Amino acid sequence: MIRNKAPYDSYWIDALVLIAVVSLIVYVVFRVNTVLVYNWDWSFIPGYLFRWDEELQSYAPNLLMKGLFTTIRLAIWSIILAAILGFIMGVMRTSRRLFPRMLSRLYVELIRNIPPVVFIFVFYFFISSQITPLLGLDNISEDSSPMTLKVLDFLLGPPELLSNVVAGIICLALFEGAYVTEIVRAGIQSIPKGQVEGGMSIGLSRIQLMRYVVMPQAVQKVVPPLASQFIILIKDSSIVSLISIQELTFLTMEVATSTQRVFEIWLFVAAMYFVISYACAFGFSRLEKRLALHKA
Amino acid sequence: MPDNAISTETIIQIERVSKWFGDFQVLQDIDLTVRHGERVVVCGPSGSGKSTLIRCINRLEEHQSGRIVVDGNELDYNTKHIHKVRCEVGMVFQQFNLFPHLTVLENCTLGPMRVRGLTKKEAKSQAMEYLERVRIPEQAHKHPSALSGGQQQRVAIARSLCMEPRIMLFDEPTSALDPEMIKEVLDVMIDLAETGMTMICVTHEMGFARTVAHQMVFMDEGRIIENAVPEQFFSNPKNERTKLFLSQILSH
Repeated sequence: MIRNKAPYDSYWIDALVLIAVVSLIVYVVFRVNTVLVYNWDWSFIPGYLFRWDEELQSYAPNLLMKGLFTTIRLAIWSIILAAILGFIMGVMRTSRRLFPRMLSRLYVELIRNIPPVVFIFVFYFFISSQITPLLGLDNISEDSSPMTLKVLDFLLGPPELLSNVVAGIICLALFEGAYVTEIVRAGIQSIPKGQVEGGMSIGLSRIQLMRYVVMPQAVQKVVPPLASQFIILIKDSSIVSLISIQELTFLTMEVATSTQRVFEIWLFVAAMYFVISYACAFGFSRLEKRLALHKA
Repeated sequence: MPDNAISTETIIQIERVSKWFGDFQVLQDIDLTVRHGERVVVCGPSGSGKSTLIRCINRLEEHQSGRIVVDGNELDYNTKHIHKVRCEVGMVFQQFNLFPHLTVLENCTLGPMRVRGLTKKEAKSQAMEYLERVRIPEQAHKHPSALSGGQQQRVAIARSLCMEPRIMLFDEPTSALDPEMIKEVLDVMIDLAETGMTMICVTHEMGFARTVAHQMVFMDEGRIIENAVPEQFFSNPKNERTKLFLSQILSH
Protein backbone atom coordinates (compact mmCIF):
# COMPACT_ATOMS: atom_id res chain seq x y z
CA MET A 1 0.00 0.00 0.00
CA ILE A 2 1.31 3.39 -0.95
CA ARG A 3 0.98 5.95 1.75
CA ASN A 4 0.86 9.62 1.33
CA LYS A 5 3.67 11.08 3.40
CA ALA A 6 2.21 14.56 3.72
CA PRO A 7 0.19 14.06 6.93
CA TYR A 8 3.29 12.84 8.80
CA ASP A 9 5.23 15.96 7.92
CA SER A 10 2.97 18.13 10.00
CA TYR A 11 3.42 16.10 13.20
CA TRP A 12 6.02 18.48 14.56
CA ILE A 13 3.49 21.35 14.33
CA ASP A 14 1.01 19.33 16.40
CA ALA A 15 3.74 18.66 18.93
CA LEU A 16 4.65 22.34 19.14
CA VAL A 17 1.02 23.34 19.67
CA LEU A 18 0.60 20.70 22.32
CA ILE A 19 3.71 21.84 24.17
CA ALA A 20 2.57 25.47 23.97
CA VAL A 21 -0.89 24.66 25.35
CA VAL A 22 0.45 22.48 28.17
CA SER A 23 3.02 25.06 29.19
CA LEU A 24 0.37 27.79 29.17
CA ILE A 25 -1.80 25.73 31.52
CA VAL A 26 1.15 24.98 33.77
CA TYR A 27 2.01 28.66 33.82
CA VAL A 28 -1.54 29.73 34.71
CA VAL A 29 -1.75 27.15 37.51
CA PHE A 30 1.65 28.25 38.75
CA ARG A 31 0.61 31.96 38.73
CA VAL A 32 -2.61 31.21 40.50
CA ASN A 33 -0.70 29.29 43.16
CA THR A 34 2.12 31.76 43.70
CA VAL A 35 0.80 35.21 42.86
CA LEU A 36 -2.68 34.71 44.22
CA VAL A 37 -1.48 32.82 47.20
CA TYR A 38 -4.87 31.22 47.20
CA ASN A 39 -5.70 28.52 49.61
CA TRP A 40 -7.75 25.98 47.64
CA ASP A 41 -10.46 24.28 49.61
CA TRP A 42 -12.99 22.05 47.93
CA SER A 43 -14.27 20.39 51.07
CA PHE A 44 -17.38 22.56 51.47
CA ILE A 45 -18.87 21.48 48.12
CA PRO A 46 -20.42 18.11 49.11
CA GLY A 47 -22.23 19.89 51.91
CA TYR A 48 -23.87 22.20 49.41
CA LEU A 49 -24.84 19.29 47.19
CA PHE A 50 -26.58 17.31 49.92
CA ARG A 51 -27.36 18.13 53.53
CA TRP A 52 -28.31 15.94 56.40
CA ASP A 53 -31.97 16.41 57.25
CA GLU A 54 -32.44 15.97 61.02
CA GLU A 55 -36.22 15.61 60.79
CA LEU A 56 -36.21 12.97 58.08
CA GLN A 57 -32.99 11.34 59.25
CA SER A 58 -31.74 11.19 55.63
CA TYR A 59 -29.82 13.22 53.09
CA ALA A 60 -31.73 15.89 51.20
CA PRO A 61 -30.59 17.91 48.21
CA ASN A 62 -29.02 21.18 49.18
CA LEU A 63 -28.70 24.41 47.17
CA LEU A 64 -26.51 23.15 44.33
CA MET A 65 -28.57 20.01 43.67
CA LYS A 66 -31.80 21.98 43.96
CA GLY A 67 -30.42 24.45 41.44
CA LEU A 68 -29.39 21.64 39.13
CA PHE A 69 -32.86 20.09 39.28
CA THR A 70 -34.47 23.45 38.59
CA THR A 71 -32.15 24.01 35.64
CA ILE A 72 -32.99 20.58 34.24
CA ARG A 73 -36.72 21.19 34.72
CA LEU A 74 -36.40 24.62 33.15
CA ALA A 75 -34.53 23.17 30.20
CA ILE A 76 -36.86 20.24 29.57
CA TRP A 77 -40.08 22.25 29.75
CA SER A 78 -38.80 25.15 27.75
CA ILE A 79 -37.38 22.80 25.11
CA ILE A 80 -40.83 21.24 24.77
CA LEU A 81 -42.58 24.60 24.66
CA ALA A 82 -40.01 26.14 22.32
CA ALA A 83 -40.33 23.15 20.00
CA ILE A 84 -44.13 23.48 19.85
CA LEU A 85 -44.00 27.25 19.45
CA GLY A 86 -41.20 27.07 16.89
CA PHE A 87 -43.00 24.38 14.93
CA ILE A 88 -46.22 26.38 14.70
CA MET A 89 -44.43 29.63 13.92
CA GLY A 90 -42.15 27.90 11.40
CA VAL A 91 -45.13 26.47 9.53
CA MET A 92 -46.82 29.88 9.63
CA ARG A 93 -43.67 31.43 8.22
CA THR A 94 -44.01 29.29 5.09
CA SER A 95 -47.74 29.88 4.74
CA ARG A 96 -49.12 31.20 1.48
CA ARG A 97 -51.23 33.70 3.38
CA LEU A 98 -49.72 37.04 4.32
CA PHE A 99 -51.10 37.40 7.85
CA PRO A 100 -49.59 34.28 9.46
CA ARG A 101 -46.36 34.99 7.64
CA MET A 102 -46.22 38.51 9.02
CA LEU A 103 -47.14 37.43 12.54
CA SER A 104 -44.38 34.86 12.62
CA ARG A 105 -41.91 37.26 11.06
CA LEU A 106 -42.75 39.90 13.66
CA TYR A 107 -42.14 37.43 16.47
CA VAL A 108 -38.81 36.23 15.09
CA GLU A 109 -37.48 39.68 14.28
CA LEU A 110 -38.54 41.15 17.62
CA ILE A 111 -36.72 38.49 19.58
CA ARG A 112 -33.69 38.09 17.37
CA ASN A 113 -32.92 41.78 17.45
CA ILE A 114 -33.07 42.25 21.20
CA PRO A 115 -30.18 41.03 23.40
CA PRO A 116 -31.24 38.07 25.54
CA VAL A 117 -30.59 39.89 28.81
CA VAL A 118 -32.67 42.89 27.78
CA PHE A 119 -35.46 40.63 26.55
CA ILE A 120 -35.50 38.85 29.88
CA PHE A 121 -35.89 42.07 31.84
CA VAL A 122 -38.60 43.36 29.52
CA PHE A 123 -40.34 40.03 29.78
CA TYR A 124 -40.04 39.98 33.56
CA PHE A 125 -41.37 43.47 34.20
CA PHE A 126 -44.13 43.62 31.61
CA ILE A 127 -45.23 40.10 30.70
CA SER A 128 -44.48 37.67 33.46
CA SER A 129 -46.18 39.84 36.09
CA GLN A 130 -49.37 39.56 34.00
CA ILE A 131 -49.17 35.87 33.16
CA THR A 132 -48.60 34.22 36.51
CA PRO A 133 -51.64 35.77 38.27
CA LEU A 134 -53.67 34.90 35.18
CA LEU A 135 -52.73 31.24 35.54
CA GLY A 136 -53.59 31.39 39.24
CA LEU A 137 -50.21 30.00 40.19
CA ASP A 138 -49.68 32.13 43.27
CA ASN A 139 -52.21 30.42 45.50
CA ILE A 140 -51.90 26.98 44.00
CA SER A 141 -50.41 25.44 47.13
CA GLU A 142 -53.49 26.40 49.17
CA ASP A 143 -56.07 25.24 46.64
CA SER A 144 -54.68 21.89 45.56
CA SER A 145 -54.83 18.39 47.01
CA PRO A 146 -51.63 16.77 48.37
CA MET A 147 -51.55 14.40 45.42
CA THR A 148 -51.52 17.14 42.77
CA LEU A 149 -48.92 18.98 44.80
CA LYS A 150 -46.70 15.91 44.75
CA VAL A 151 -47.02 15.55 40.98
CA LEU A 152 -46.39 19.26 40.54
CA ASP A 153 -43.40 19.02 42.83
CA PHE A 154 -41.91 16.31 40.62
CA LEU A 155 -42.67 18.08 37.35
CA LEU A 156 -42.00 21.68 38.22
CA GLY A 157 -40.27 21.73 41.59
CA PRO A 158 -41.42 23.04 44.97
CA PRO A 159 -44.93 24.60 44.83
CA GLU A 160 -43.88 27.74 46.66
CA LEU A 161 -41.54 28.53 43.76
CA LEU A 162 -44.02 27.52 41.06
CA SER A 163 -44.79 30.95 39.62
CA ASN A 164 -41.07 31.67 39.66
CA VAL A 165 -40.21 28.55 37.67
CA VAL A 166 -43.11 28.99 35.25
CA ALA A 167 -42.00 32.54 34.49
CA GLY A 168 -38.52 31.22 33.72
CA ILE A 169 -39.87 28.46 31.48
CA ILE A 170 -42.12 30.80 29.48
CA CYS A 171 -39.34 33.33 29.14
CA LEU A 172 -36.81 30.80 27.84
CA ALA A 173 -39.36 29.14 25.56
CA LEU A 174 -40.39 32.45 24.01
CA PHE A 175 -36.79 33.37 23.48
CA GLU A 176 -35.56 30.09 22.02
CA GLY A 177 -38.80 29.55 20.09
CA ALA A 178 -37.73 32.28 17.67
CA TYR A 179 -34.58 30.39 16.78
CA VAL A 180 -36.48 27.12 16.48
CA THR A 181 -38.89 28.93 14.14
CA GLU A 182 -36.04 29.83 11.83
CA ILE A 183 -34.69 26.27 11.91
CA VAL A 184 -38.12 24.80 11.11
CA ARG A 185 -38.62 27.32 8.31
CA ALA A 186 -35.27 26.46 6.77
CA GLY A 187 -36.12 22.76 7.04
CA ILE A 188 -39.47 23.16 5.31
CA GLN A 189 -38.02 25.37 2.59
CA SER A 190 -35.21 22.92 1.90
CA ILE A 191 -37.73 20.42 0.52
CA PRO A 192 -37.68 20.72 -3.27
CA LYS A 193 -40.72 22.25 -4.98
CA GLY A 194 -41.12 19.07 -7.02
CA GLN A 195 -42.09 17.19 -3.87
CA VAL A 196 -45.01 19.52 -3.27
CA GLU A 197 -46.04 19.34 -6.92
CA GLY A 198 -45.82 15.56 -6.88
CA GLY A 199 -48.11 15.52 -3.86
CA MET A 200 -50.53 18.03 -5.35
CA SER A 201 -50.75 16.00 -8.56
CA ILE A 202 -52.15 13.04 -6.62
CA GLY A 203 -54.72 15.27 -4.96
CA LEU A 204 -53.22 15.74 -1.48
CA SER A 205 -54.51 18.78 0.38
CA ARG A 206 -52.16 21.41 1.81
CA ILE A 207 -52.34 19.85 5.26
CA GLN A 208 -51.82 16.33 3.93
CA LEU A 209 -48.85 17.56 1.92
CA MET A 210 -47.29 18.98 5.07
CA ARG A 211 -48.01 15.89 7.12
CA TYR A 212 -47.08 13.11 4.73
CA VAL A 213 -44.59 14.67 2.33
CA VAL A 214 -42.88 17.80 3.63
CA MET A 215 -42.63 17.28 7.40
CA PRO A 216 -41.20 13.74 7.42
CA GLN A 217 -38.41 14.93 5.14
CA ALA A 218 -37.93 18.25 6.94
CA VAL A 219 -37.62 16.59 10.37
CA GLN A 220 -34.57 14.62 9.30
CA LYS A 221 -32.88 17.79 8.10
CA VAL A 222 -33.83 19.75 11.18
CA VAL A 223 -32.60 17.41 13.92
CA PRO A 224 -28.90 18.43 13.94
CA PRO A 225 -29.48 22.21 14.09
CA LEU A 226 -32.31 21.71 16.60
CA ALA A 227 -30.02 19.66 18.81
CA SER A 228 -27.43 22.39 18.93
CA GLN A 229 -30.15 24.98 19.60
CA PHE A 230 -31.42 22.95 22.55
CA ILE A 231 -27.93 22.70 23.98
CA ILE A 232 -27.66 26.47 23.64
CA LEU A 233 -30.96 26.67 25.51
CA ILE A 234 -29.59 24.63 28.42
CA LYS A 235 -26.68 27.00 28.72
CA ASP A 236 -28.81 30.10 28.16
CA SER A 237 -31.02 29.02 31.02
CA SER A 238 -28.38 30.53 33.30
CA ILE A 239 -29.40 34.06 32.27
CA VAL A 240 -32.83 33.75 33.83
CA SER A 241 -30.96 33.91 37.14
CA LEU A 242 -31.09 37.66 36.47
CA ILE A 243 -34.81 37.68 37.19
CA SER A 244 -34.18 35.60 40.32
CA ILE A 245 -35.37 32.27 38.93
CA GLN A 246 -33.79 29.94 41.45
CA GLU A 247 -31.81 27.75 39.10
CA LEU A 248 -28.24 26.56 39.23
CA THR A 249 -26.51 29.87 38.45
CA PHE A 250 -28.70 31.86 40.82
CA LEU A 251 -28.16 29.50 43.73
CA THR A 252 -24.46 29.29 42.94
CA MET A 253 -24.23 33.05 43.36
CA GLU A 254 -25.80 32.63 46.79
CA VAL A 255 -23.34 29.89 47.72
CA ALA A 256 -20.47 31.99 46.40
CA THR A 257 -21.50 34.96 48.52
CA SER A 258 -22.04 32.97 51.69
CA THR A 259 -18.90 30.83 51.47
CA GLN A 260 -16.59 33.36 49.79
CA ARG A 261 -15.16 30.37 47.89
CA VAL A 262 -15.67 31.98 44.48
CA PHE A 263 -13.07 30.05 42.46
CA GLU A 264 -13.95 26.58 43.61
CA ILE A 265 -17.68 26.99 43.34
CA TRP A 266 -17.68 28.47 39.83
CA LEU A 267 -15.25 25.89 38.53
CA PHE A 268 -17.41 23.17 40.02
CA VAL A 269 -20.61 24.59 38.55
CA ALA A 270 -18.95 24.96 35.15
CA ALA A 271 -18.26 21.24 35.32
CA MET A 272 -21.90 20.57 36.24
CA TYR A 273 -23.14 22.54 33.20
CA PHE A 274 -20.62 20.76 31.03
CA VAL A 275 -21.89 17.37 32.13
CA ILE A 276 -25.56 18.09 31.36
CA SER A 277 -24.84 19.83 28.06
CA TYR A 278 -22.50 17.11 26.94
CA ALA A 279 -24.91 14.36 27.96
CA CYS A 280 -27.58 16.10 25.93
CA ALA A 281 -25.30 16.44 22.89
CA PHE A 282 -24.44 12.76 23.18
CA GLY A 283 -28.13 11.82 23.29
CA PHE A 284 -28.89 13.88 20.23
CA SER A 285 -26.02 12.43 18.22
CA ARG A 286 -27.40 8.96 18.97
CA LEU A 287 -30.83 10.07 17.79
CA GLU A 288 -29.33 11.53 14.64
CA LYS A 289 -27.60 8.27 13.82
CA ARG A 290 -30.83 6.40 14.34
CA LEU A 291 -32.73 8.72 12.02
CA ALA A 292 -29.99 8.38 9.42
CA LEU A 293 -30.42 4.60 9.55
CA HIS A 294 -34.07 4.95 8.62
CA LYS A 295 -33.23 7.16 5.72
CA ALA A 296 -33.32 5.73 2.25
CA MET B 1 -51.33 1.97 -33.50
CA PRO B 2 -54.96 1.12 -34.15
CA ASP B 3 -57.25 3.92 -33.21
CA ASN B 4 -59.14 3.33 -30.04
CA ALA B 5 -62.49 4.89 -30.58
CA ILE B 6 -62.25 8.52 -29.55
CA SER B 7 -65.58 9.63 -28.31
CA THR B 8 -67.02 12.93 -29.39
CA GLU B 9 -67.26 13.96 -25.75
CA THR B 10 -64.90 16.82 -24.89
CA ILE B 11 -62.91 16.17 -21.71
CA ILE B 12 -60.57 19.17 -21.69
CA GLN B 13 -61.59 22.52 -23.05
CA ILE B 14 -59.01 25.30 -23.14
CA GLU B 15 -60.25 28.67 -24.40
CA ARG B 16 -58.19 31.82 -25.02
CA VAL B 17 -55.85 31.06 -22.13
CA SER B 18 -53.07 33.54 -21.41
CA LYS B 19 -50.49 33.61 -18.68
CA TRP B 20 -47.67 35.94 -17.72
CA PHE B 21 -44.58 35.44 -15.56
CA GLY B 22 -44.07 39.05 -14.59
CA ASP B 23 -43.88 40.99 -17.85
CA PHE B 24 -43.13 37.91 -19.89
CA GLN B 25 -46.13 36.32 -21.57
CA VAL B 26 -45.68 32.54 -21.50
CA LEU B 27 -49.05 31.62 -22.94
CA GLN B 28 -50.87 33.68 -25.54
CA ASP B 29 -54.49 32.97 -26.37
CA ILE B 30 -54.24 29.21 -26.27
CA ASP B 31 -57.21 27.25 -27.63
CA LEU B 32 -57.19 23.49 -27.39
CA THR B 33 -59.86 20.83 -27.22
CA VAL B 34 -59.13 17.29 -26.09
CA ARG B 35 -61.75 14.62 -26.47
CA HIS B 36 -62.23 11.61 -24.23
CA GLY B 37 -59.69 8.92 -25.17
CA GLU B 38 -57.66 11.25 -27.31
CA ARG B 39 -53.86 11.36 -27.18
CA VAL B 40 -52.22 14.71 -27.75
CA VAL B 41 -48.49 15.25 -28.15
CA VAL B 42 -47.23 18.76 -27.53
CA CYS B 43 -43.82 19.71 -28.88
CA GLY B 44 -41.83 22.83 -29.54
CA PRO B 45 -38.54 24.49 -28.66
CA SER B 46 -37.64 25.01 -25.01
CA GLY B 47 -39.27 28.05 -23.46
CA SER B 48 -42.23 27.81 -25.81
CA GLY B 49 -44.68 27.35 -22.93
CA LYS B 50 -45.58 23.72 -23.51
CA SER B 51 -44.81 22.62 -19.93
CA THR B 52 -46.63 25.64 -18.54
CA LEU B 53 -49.66 24.76 -20.64
CA ILE B 54 -50.03 21.24 -19.31
CA ARG B 55 -49.22 22.38 -15.78
CA CYS B 56 -52.22 24.70 -16.08
CA ILE B 57 -54.45 21.71 -16.71
CA ASN B 58 -54.06 20.44 -13.14
CA ARG B 59 -53.51 23.91 -11.73
CA LEU B 60 -49.86 23.56 -10.80
CA GLU B 61 -49.79 26.89 -12.63
CA GLU B 62 -52.57 29.42 -12.58
CA HIS B 63 -53.75 30.92 -15.87
CA GLN B 64 -54.62 34.59 -15.77
CA SER B 65 -57.18 34.92 -18.49
CA GLY B 66 -59.34 32.57 -20.50
CA ARG B 67 -61.06 29.38 -19.38
CA ILE B 68 -59.96 25.82 -18.69
CA VAL B 69 -62.65 23.19 -18.13
CA VAL B 70 -61.58 19.67 -17.23
CA ASP B 71 -64.31 17.04 -17.28
CA GLY B 72 -66.97 19.57 -16.42
CA ASN B 73 -64.99 21.32 -13.68
CA GLU B 74 -63.86 24.82 -14.49
CA LEU B 75 -60.48 25.70 -13.01
CA ASP B 76 -61.12 28.86 -11.04
CA TYR B 77 -60.38 29.92 -7.49
CA ASN B 78 -62.76 27.34 -6.07
CA THR B 79 -60.48 24.87 -4.30
CA LYS B 80 -63.11 22.15 -4.58
CA HIS B 81 -62.93 22.30 -8.35
CA ILE B 82 -59.14 22.21 -8.24
CA HIS B 83 -59.20 19.21 -5.91
CA LYS B 84 -61.67 17.38 -8.14
CA VAL B 85 -59.55 18.01 -11.20
CA ARG B 86 -56.36 16.87 -9.48
CA CYS B 87 -58.03 13.64 -8.45
CA GLU B 88 -58.98 12.95 -12.06
CA VAL B 89 -55.78 14.10 -13.70
CA GLY B 90 -52.54 12.22 -13.15
CA MET B 91 -49.20 13.79 -13.84
CA VAL B 92 -45.73 12.45 -14.59
CA PHE B 93 -42.84 14.86 -14.18
CA GLN B 94 -39.46 15.19 -15.83
CA GLN B 95 -37.72 14.79 -12.46
CA PHE B 96 -40.06 11.96 -11.29
CA ASN B 97 -40.84 13.76 -7.99
CA LEU B 98 -41.18 10.51 -6.07
CA PHE B 99 -41.22 10.80 -2.29
CA PRO B 100 -37.73 9.73 -1.17
CA HIS B 101 -38.72 8.91 2.42
CA LEU B 102 -41.33 6.36 1.35
CA THR B 103 -40.89 2.98 -0.31
CA VAL B 104 -42.10 2.42 -3.85
CA LEU B 105 -45.22 0.76 -2.51
CA GLU B 106 -45.90 3.57 -0.03
CA ASN B 107 -45.46 6.11 -2.82
CA CYS B 108 -48.24 4.32 -4.66
CA THR B 109 -50.60 3.90 -1.72
CA LEU B 110 -50.35 7.39 -0.20
CA GLY B 111 -52.81 9.07 -2.56
CA PRO B 112 -55.36 6.24 -2.71
CA MET B 113 -55.41 5.93 1.10
CA ARG B 114 -55.43 9.61 2.01
CA VAL B 115 -57.41 11.06 -0.87
CA ARG B 116 -59.63 8.26 -2.16
CA GLY B 117 -60.15 6.68 1.24
CA LEU B 118 -59.07 3.14 0.38
CA THR B 119 -58.03 0.83 3.21
CA LYS B 120 -54.38 -0.07 3.45
CA LYS B 121 -55.07 -3.55 2.13
CA GLU B 122 -57.06 -2.34 -0.86
CA ALA B 123 -54.49 0.30 -1.67
CA LYS B 124 -51.67 -2.22 -1.46
CA SER B 125 -53.22 -4.79 -3.74
CA GLN B 126 -54.15 -2.07 -6.22
CA ALA B 127 -50.63 -0.63 -6.09
CA MET B 128 -49.13 -4.07 -6.77
CA GLU B 129 -51.42 -4.40 -9.76
CA TYR B 130 -50.16 -1.17 -11.28
CA LEU B 131 -46.55 -1.91 -10.37
CA GLU B 132 -46.94 -5.11 -12.35
CA ARG B 133 -48.30 -3.13 -15.24
CA VAL B 134 -45.21 -0.94 -15.26
CA ARG B 135 -43.17 -4.15 -14.82
CA ILE B 136 -41.44 -3.53 -11.49
CA PRO B 137 -43.43 -5.38 -8.81
CA GLU B 138 -40.18 -6.79 -7.41
CA GLN B 139 -38.97 -3.30 -6.40
CA ALA B 140 -42.03 -2.53 -4.28
CA HIS B 141 -40.24 -2.49 -0.95
CA LYS B 142 -37.21 -0.48 -1.98
CA HIS B 143 -36.83 3.25 -1.65
CA PRO B 144 -36.82 5.28 -4.88
CA SER B 145 -33.14 6.20 -4.47
CA ALA B 146 -32.23 2.53 -4.94
CA LEU B 147 -33.82 2.49 -8.40
CA SER B 148 -32.54 3.56 -11.80
CA GLY B 149 -34.03 6.62 -13.49
CA GLY B 150 -36.14 4.55 -15.83
CA GLN B 151 -37.47 2.48 -12.95
CA GLN B 152 -38.23 5.61 -10.93
CA GLN B 153 -40.17 7.10 -13.80
CA ARG B 154 -42.19 3.90 -14.16
CA VAL B 155 -42.97 4.04 -10.43
CA ALA B 156 -44.09 7.64 -10.94
CA ILE B 157 -46.44 6.45 -13.68
CA ALA B 158 -47.77 3.72 -11.39
CA ARG B 159 -48.23 6.25 -8.57
CA SER B 160 -50.39 8.38 -10.84
CA LEU B 161 -52.37 5.42 -12.15
CA CYS B 162 -53.18 4.32 -8.60
CA MET B 163 -55.40 7.38 -8.35
CA GLU B 164 -57.35 5.90 -11.30
CA PRO B 165 -57.24 9.14 -13.27
CA ARG B 166 -59.28 9.77 -16.42
CA ILE B 167 -56.52 11.89 -17.92
CA MET B 168 -52.73 11.55 -17.77
CA LEU B 169 -50.32 14.42 -18.28
CA PHE B 170 -46.69 13.73 -19.14
CA ASP B 171 -44.21 16.59 -18.76
CA GLU B 172 -41.10 15.54 -20.71
CA PRO B 173 -41.08 12.13 -19.00
CA THR B 174 -37.94 10.90 -20.73
CA SER B 175 -35.84 14.07 -20.82
CA ALA B 176 -33.97 13.33 -17.59
CA LEU B 177 -33.22 9.72 -18.50
CA ASP B 178 -30.14 8.02 -19.88
CA PRO B 179 -30.75 6.90 -23.49
CA GLU B 180 -30.91 3.19 -22.65
CA MET B 181 -33.76 3.81 -20.20
CA ILE B 182 -35.95 5.87 -22.47
CA LYS B 183 -37.41 2.86 -24.21
CA GLU B 184 -38.65 1.12 -21.07
CA VAL B 185 -40.59 4.24 -20.11
CA LEU B 186 -41.98 4.79 -23.60
CA ASP B 187 -43.07 1.14 -23.75
CA VAL B 188 -45.08 1.61 -20.58
CA MET B 189 -46.62 4.77 -22.01
CA ILE B 190 -47.55 2.93 -25.22
CA ASP B 191 -49.18 0.18 -23.14
CA LEU B 192 -51.14 2.85 -21.35
CA ALA B 193 -52.19 4.43 -24.64
CA GLU B 194 -53.57 1.07 -25.74
CA THR B 195 -55.94 1.03 -22.77
CA GLY B 196 -57.67 4.12 -24.19
CA MET B 197 -56.41 6.58 -21.57
CA THR B 198 -56.72 10.25 -22.46
CA MET B 199 -53.11 11.48 -22.59
CA ILE B 200 -51.35 14.77 -23.11
CA CYS B 201 -47.59 14.38 -23.52
CA VAL B 202 -44.97 17.05 -23.78
CA THR B 203 -42.10 15.21 -25.41
CA HIS B 204 -39.41 15.36 -28.05
CA GLU B 205 -39.70 11.64 -28.79
CA MET B 206 -41.08 11.94 -32.30
CA GLY B 207 -41.13 8.19 -32.90
CA PHE B 208 -43.40 7.82 -29.90
CA ALA B 209 -45.52 10.73 -31.08
CA ARG B 210 -45.97 9.14 -34.51
CA THR B 211 -47.04 5.87 -32.90
CA VAL B 212 -49.56 7.08 -30.36
CA ALA B 213 -50.73 10.62 -31.12
CA HIS B 214 -54.12 11.50 -32.48
CA GLN B 215 -53.32 15.18 -32.40
CA MET B 216 -49.97 16.94 -32.73
CA VAL B 217 -49.57 20.40 -31.24
CA PHE B 218 -46.57 22.58 -32.05
CA MET B 219 -45.93 25.56 -29.80
CA ASP B 220 -43.54 28.46 -30.09
CA GLU B 221 -43.28 31.67 -28.04
CA GLY B 222 -46.39 30.88 -26.06
CA ARG B 223 -48.66 30.21 -29.03
CA ILE B 224 -50.01 27.11 -30.67
CA ILE B 225 -48.60 27.47 -34.16
CA GLU B 226 -49.70 24.23 -35.68
CA ASN B 227 -52.30 21.68 -34.65
CA ALA B 228 -52.71 18.68 -36.94
CA VAL B 229 -53.05 14.92 -37.17
CA PRO B 230 -49.63 13.19 -37.09
CA GLU B 231 -49.57 12.11 -40.78
CA GLN B 232 -50.04 15.65 -41.92
CA PHE B 233 -47.85 17.11 -39.17
CA PHE B 234 -44.81 15.02 -40.01
CA SER B 235 -45.13 14.79 -43.79
CA ASN B 236 -46.57 18.14 -44.68
CA PRO B 237 -46.24 20.76 -41.95
CA LYS B 238 -47.74 24.08 -42.98
CA ASN B 239 -45.79 26.46 -40.83
CA GLU B 240 -42.17 27.40 -41.49
CA ARG B 241 -41.25 27.21 -37.81
CA THR B 242 -42.65 23.72 -37.56
CA LYS B 243 -40.64 22.65 -40.60
CA LEU B 244 -37.46 24.09 -39.10
CA PHE B 245 -38.11 22.44 -35.75
CA LEU B 246 -38.88 19.06 -37.29
CA SER B 247 -35.82 19.20 -39.52
CA GLN B 248 -33.64 19.90 -36.47
CA ILE B 249 -35.16 17.23 -34.31
CA LEU B 250 -35.57 14.49 -36.93
CA SER B 251 -32.21 14.90 -38.64
CA HIS B 252 -30.46 12.87 -35.98
